[in-house]
Amino acid sequence: MTVEAHTISVLVDNEPGILARVVGLFSGRGYNIESLTVAETDAKQNLSRITIVTRGTPMVIEQIKAQLDRLVPVHRVRDLTVEGPHIERELALVKVKGVGEKRVEALRLADVFRASVVDAKTDSFVFEVTGNSDKVQTFIGLMQSLGLVDVGRTGIVAMSRGGEAL
Amino acid sequence: MKAEESVTTGADLLVKAMIDEDVEVVFGYPGGAVLPIYDSIFKQNRLRHILVRHEQAAVHAAEGYARSTGKVGVVLVTSGPGATNAVTGLTDALMDSIPIVCLTGQVPTHLIGNDAFQEADTTGITRPCTKHNYLVKDVGDLARVLHEAFYVARTGRPGPVVIDLPKDVLMAKHEYRPPKKPVQHKSYRPQVKPELKRIEQAVEMIAAAKRPVIYSGGGVINSGPKASKLLQQFARMTGFPITNTLMGLGAYPASDKQFIGMLGMHGTYEANLAMHGCDLLLNIGARFDDRITGRIAAFSPGSKKIHIDIDPSSINKNVRVDLPIVGDVAHVLEDLIRVWKARQPKLDQKALKAWWAQIDTWRGRDCLAYKQVGDVIKPQYALERLYHHIKDRDAYITTEVGQHQMWAAQFLKFEEPNRWLTSGGLGTMGYGFPAAIGAQIAHPEALVIDVAGEASILMNIQELSTAAQYRLPVKIFILNNQYMGMVRQWQELLHGGRYSESYMESLPDFVRLAEAFGAVGLRAHSTAELDGVIQEMIATPKPVIADILVDKNENCFPMIPSGAAHNEMLLGPEDKAAKPVSEEGMVLV
Ligand SMILES: Cc1cc2nc3c(=O)[nH]c(=O)nc-3n(C[C@H](O)[C@H](O)[C@H](O)COP(=O)(O)OP(=O)(O)OC[C@H]3O[C@@H](n4cnc5c(N)ncnc54)[C@H](O)[C@@H]3O)c2cc1C
Ligand SMILES: Cc1ncc(C[n+]2csc(CCOP(=O)(O)OP(=O)(O)O)c2C)c(N)n1
Ligand SMILES: [Mg+2]
Repeated sequence: MTVEAHTISVLVDNEPGILARVVGLFSGRGYNIESLTVAETDAKQNLSRITIVTRGTPMVIEQIKAQLDRLVPVHRVRDLTVEGPHIERELALVKVKGVGEKRVEALRLADVFRASVVDAKTDSFVFEVTGNSDKVQTFIGLMQSLGLVDVGRTGIVAMSRGGEAL
Repeated sequence: MKAEESVTTGADLLVKAMIDEDVEVVFGYPGGAVLPIYDSIFKQNRLRHILVRHEQAAVHAAEGYARSTGKVGVVLVTSGPGATNAVTGLTDALMDSIPIVCLTGQVPTHLIGNDAFQEADTTGITRPCTKHNYLVKDVGDLARVLHEAFYVARTGRPGPVVIDLPKDVLMAKHEYRPPKKPVQHKSYRPQVKPELKRIEQAVEMIAAAKRPVIYSGGGVINSGPKASKLLQQFARMTGFPITNTLMGLGAYPASDKQFIGMLGMHGTYEANLAMHGCDLLLNIGARFDDRITGRIAAFSPGSKKIHIDIDPSSINKNVRVDLPIVGDVAHVLEDLIRVWKARQPKLDQKALKAWWAQIDTWRGRDCLAYKQVGDVIKPQYALERLYHHIKDRDAYITTEVGQHQMWAAQFLKFEEPNRWLTSGGLGTMGYGFPAAIGAQIAHPEALVIDVAGEASILMNIQELSTAAQYRLPVKIFILNNQYMGMVRQWQELLHGGRYSESYMESLPDFVRLAEAFGAVGLRAHSTAELDGVIQEMIATPKPVIADILVDKNENCFPMIPSGAAHNEMLLGPEDKAAKPVSEEGMVLV
């Protein structure tokens, strides 16, 4: 059976241990996590949203969703990949060190990728780039030869298109 | 009560909340972190505490209590080693879907994380072996958490819930207000009622079946006695053959002619061949465990499959099914029967008759046959005689794990649910005796027997002291083959007869061991002594160990070797050479 990547959104109670429950479920059952993001999204109701990118056969993906849904503090599990069009975004901070021609080229490419400069020294830049993972990856790849020294990536957050909430 | 005593502490509040949950008995073991709870227990007499001799046994006893009553079993242990000792029991309850609430002590909140004395990360350790767990850091949350824990443990697919209780929270002052019923959880809402559309689809599939089989499991027991009644009604209505898993025994009366015995690795020839050859497989509250399916690729290859289960994660986990129905067994069967009656579909009686004729020829193989020759007791014979003496009593049977467990499943017949208590999913040696204690506490007048192996019983033998203290007339019926028989059997069949470390050297004298604990010890060496020992065991109003010396070399058949298919089962010793175990099979457990 074919292995496919799925992006899953999970709405959970923001309580201690919730992330450990989710991560423990993946490691304990041998599922893999390609990307994981989590943050509180509704302070009043104390809810967090977890976005997970995982891989598996259709049967395994179905299991993953059922297992997530079984966790007591989980409110909702949505498979964005099967539920239709959705947006995925990732943010990266990319530090590039260099002078002269390389520095100019880095700045020029940043402009092409609409990455913004969030820190500048005479011999370094920190760029902030946002987009889908491919774009972020391509940008980082291009910086490799231009003095890349450090990368931080957020992992993917995702949302369905249209008016409906999770 | 004196004025200063009426001020409620966290611990008092817990006890009151448990009484509101209709808890009658708690199985536990004290220690520093839970002393406030023990103090609260001391000050009242509604809640009974049973002092076990090891925390693992506390959980198994609570499991025995829960499985034999349908109620939640309650455990109380201290922090650190108390909690870690409970882990095996919790895992056992998780695997077998047994509702348990386990209260664990914890060091005071300000010391958490400091490697304080008897500190363990209990919620961390028990996260993968509970249905849910809580660490209560504020006494104001205590009552809500406790009631929620009972709700989570008992509803949906039942399971163990741990509440970790820092000592300062137990000692903090707080008022208790009884909960508003019913508890509503904000994110946890198990689906109990099935979708009607699926019931209608099921009726169509069932009506079209030519070679059907009902495969029902522990979920029927979890659903309650009403589910068993409905299962019987449904089976009668259709006339379909029915098999039970190890966990489902008793959900359908074993004496009924539609019952074709247990299925799976040590199930009957007729049950397994019916599973293999059927065109409709109706799974009711079972989970396609690997002990049932054998090699997945060869499992019931020609059938349409319907799966009724309350837990969506049980569906399509191991075996892909054609029609999943999420819901509680009793609710689903009720709907199924109602829709069936309304539609009055015509079954293909001719095909069903031919199918039954086929099943009857399989039955004719008499796959459980054994030969009792000479005076060395065959374990099967011991169980047949035991059954003979208990069949007219409403007995509760628990088991340890091993060959004796499988023989008990094959040779003891259960007519009602909640009478058969065994560790199926985890296969925990040491489960049976404490579980029997729990069942006996719940049913003081009943005959409760732990069918044991001489190896397993040593894993929680200290509980003889508990049985003696509470004058529990639990019977331990040891099929003593001087081997870890199940291990020896696998070594014989799969490892060239190299009996590495499976012989039980230096066994105690079980008769004198019983006496040392104030129990009664009996022994049968030969067939001639067997009936007398069984009768005396039953007649003795005290805890008894009956040490039944049985044939050391007997193997448990039928057997589907790991990695094999249902139609490749071994029926007896003669079969084994003809069907060597595959390499893929060797790596399986
Ligand atoms: C040495 C040894 C040998 C074994 N050999 C065999 C063997 O030969 N044959 C055999 O059958 N087993 C055998 N077992 C046991 C086996 O390992 C499994 O424990 C057992 O088969 C599982 O039973 P079950 O499918 O009924 O599921 P259970 O573990 O009882 O699970 C119940 C299922 O029902 C669902 N459920 C729970 N409550 C409800 C409800 N209210 N409504 C609807 N669904 C519900 C649950 O979600 C779950 O999917 C053996 C065990 C040992 C230790
Ligand atoms: C706690 C635990 N440890 C190890 C095992 C593996 N195991 C399964 S059956 C068995 C032997 C049981 O021997 P005994 O109790 O004498 O029963 P018999 O098979 O001889 O009837 C062992 C060691 C287990 N199931 N549980
Ligand atoms: Mg033995």
